[in-house]
Amino acid sequence: MAKANEIKYLTAIKAEKPRKKFCRFKKYGIRYVDYKDAEFLKKFLNEQGKMLPRRITGNSLKFQRKVSEAIKRARQLALLPYVTDLFK
Amino acid sequence: MQNYELMVIFTPVLSEEEFKLAQKKYVDFITAGDGSIVHSNPWGLKSLAYPVQKKTTGIYWVMEYVAPSNMNEKLKIQLLRDEQVLRHIVIKLDKYAVEYNKRKRSGVPTGNEKAVEV
Repeated sequence: MAKANEIKYLTAIKAEKPRKKFCRFKKYGIRYVDYKDAEFLKKFLNEQGKMLPRRITGNSLKFQRKVSEAIKRARQLALLPYVTDLFK
Repeated sequence: MQNYELMVIFTPVLSEEEFKLAQKKYVDFITAGDGSIVHSNPWGLKSLAYPVQKKTTGIYWVMEYVAPSNMNEKLKIQLLRDEQVLRHIVIKLDKYAVEYNKRKRSGVPTGNEKAVEV
C-alpha cells in the first residue's frame, strides 16, 4: 500500500492561505451599528438567521457585541427573523 | 436632555390619515412634555419577518427626539395602552448614533457602505 508521503499528485496541492481577517468596523472607522439597516446586519447571520461567531466574522469583541445587540433589536422589531430556512 | 429614538410598528389596517393622526398624537405628547422632535421618518407599510399578533405586515415609523429622561416612562404607558401599536422600542442614542443619523439624513456617506463588501 503506498504510504502517504509516497503518493504523488498530478497537480501540487495549493494550500489556500487563509485570508487575514480584520475587524471591518475598526478598519473603516465605523462607530455605530444601526439596527434599522437589516441588509447590513444580514452579513453577520447564517442561512438559518443565527448570528455568526466572532471567529468567522473577524469582528473585534467590542463591535461583535454592538452587532449582536443591533441584531437582537432588529429581531424584536421583525426586521430580521429569529429563525428561518435559507433566506438571503 | 437626552437623544432618543422611538420606533413603532402600527397595525396595517390603519388608513393614511389615521397613521398621520397616530404620529401626531405622539409628536404632540413629546412636545407637550418639553421634548423636541429632531426627525420623523415614516417607512410606511412593510412586511414583517415573522407574524406579529397574527399580522404579517405593519406600518413602520421611526422618530428621533430630544427629551428629558423622565419622559420615556410616560411615553411607554401611552404606547402600551394604544392598541394600534403592535410593537415599539425606545433607544437612547449616544453621540456616535446621533452623528450617524445626522449624516444618514443629510446624504453624507456614513462609512457603513465601505464595510459591506467584506
